Amino acid sequence: MPRFYSLAALIAIWAVAAALVQSRLLPGPLMVGAVTLADLRSGELPYQMGCTLARVAGSFAIAMILGVIAGYTMGRSKAIDRYADPWLIVLINMPALVTIIFAYIWLGLNETAAVLAVAINKLPNVTVVMREGTRALDPELDEMASAFQFTGLSRIRNVVIPQLAPYLAASSRSGLSIVWKIVLVVELIGRPNGVGFVLGSAFSLFDMARILSYAISFVMVMLLIESLLVQPLERRANRWRRRPA
Amino acid sequence: MNDAQTAGDAAPLELRIDAKTFLSADGTPVEVVRNLKLRLEAGSFGALIGPSGCGKTTILRIAAGLDRDFVGELHTPGSGRLGMVFQEPRLLPWRTVEQNIRLALPAGEAAVDLTEMVAILGLGDHLARYPGELSLGLARRAAIARAFAARPDFLLLDEPFVSLDEATAARLRSELVALTTRTKVTTLLVTHDLAEAIQLADRLFFLSDRPTRVIAEKALPPPRGTRSPEVIAAIGEELRAVLAQATTETGGG
Repeated sequence: MPRFYSLAALIAIWAVAAALVQSRLLPGPLMVGAVTLADLRSGELPYQMGCTLARVAGSFAIAMILGVIAGYTMGRSKAIDRYADPWLIVLINMPALVTIIFAYIWLGLNETAAVLAVAINKLPNVTVVMREGTRALDPELDEMASAFQFTGLSRIRNVVIPQLAPYLAASSRSGLSIVWKIVLVVELIGRPNGVGFVLGSAFSLFDMARILSYAISFVMVMLLIESLLVQPLERRANRWRRRPA
Repeated sequence: MNDAQTAGDAAPLELRIDAKTFLSADGTPVEVVRNLKLRLEAGSFGALIGPSGCGKTTILRIAAGLDRDFVGELHTPGSGRLGMVFQEPRLLPWRTVEQNIRLALPAGEAAVDLTEMVAILGLGDHLARYPGELSLGLARRAAIARAFAARPDFLLLDEPFVSLDEATAARLRSELVALTTRTKVTTLLVTHDLAEAIQLADRLFFLSDRPTRVIAEKALPPPRGTRSPEVIAAIGEELRAVLAQATTETGGG
């Protein structure tokens, strides 16, 4: 309930400010709502949103899979970590924009370049988090699994993944928010569709109502994904923890 | 109950550790075990007794094949199926008690009936609970159940009854006797409690301080598990005398 009041207050402040300013540079909630409804009816909003979501899903999946493998390997082997760590530091400090420009120049202005650029931006964060998680794995449980001759698969499913679950949840949460922000930049620079492209063209027309309409719609979709997908998964992974009294 | 151990498991446990060293935090090698020899007939119950910190757990880890970084030789009894009860229960906190037990089952026996063993260990009401909800005594029982569920030819127990109240420990000891007698598994127990060792074992190995070796060995008359407190006390007295002598001899030499 406090969340609801707080959001309602935000919208109220916005409405009052818009009413006071009376400028097309700050349209009120009603006007933004009207634009959203019109674009929903014409199918424009769902289409652009779909393009963006597909890119988000693609780059998120690539970044998570590669990042988990890299982080786990580096966490398990000190030797590999020593060699791979400098690369990781280079990657993690590379500005997102630079990666995007490189990808577009080397691979061309296409879908592959767009998705890869985003994935590479996200990859080092996942790797760092998963490496920490892997270092924190309990060697005593490893020993137990060896003593009872667990198969490799059973070891991963029953011993490793449950221990890494909080790290997986943390990196996918922060990952999702980073990825969708960078996807918009990628679309702004070099794609003919998607929310980022729409925002770019609306910016050149100073069409504030459209910018707000798309931004808010997108945030809402991401909130839905978070509360319908990420949080239930997290709860399921944590059900063994004793409820705090 | 355990027909897996018929033919090939007449082999005894033979362990020889010529040397085992650890690197301490500052990089200097510390010798933990030197010239230690153990031999345990198939189906019998051995106990390692020694002062705390003498490297008993190290020896057990070597016997379990978990630590191969030593100079010496290891022959385990049977086909190599191992059951182990660690000093802490080491259950997977994110799996229920039943899942924890079943995970240790040999491949292809995942659906085997656990009712009987669960009843012996008094775990019936707790199978669906997570280890975090169990008392230490119950968690220890679950760990013992897991070790037996593995249908081991070779069972290793690392001080499985420490920090339990005496009543619970006594009950678990008699349950352990029942289970080991029935499955005829070769068992090695680590303990610092002489009375416990005398009650449970066929053969006692007394260990020295670091670097650890066997200073005295004593076979106890059968049957194990049913020795009365008076008998245990009497054997204990006798052993203390033997032990005192062995210690002074090594002190002199």
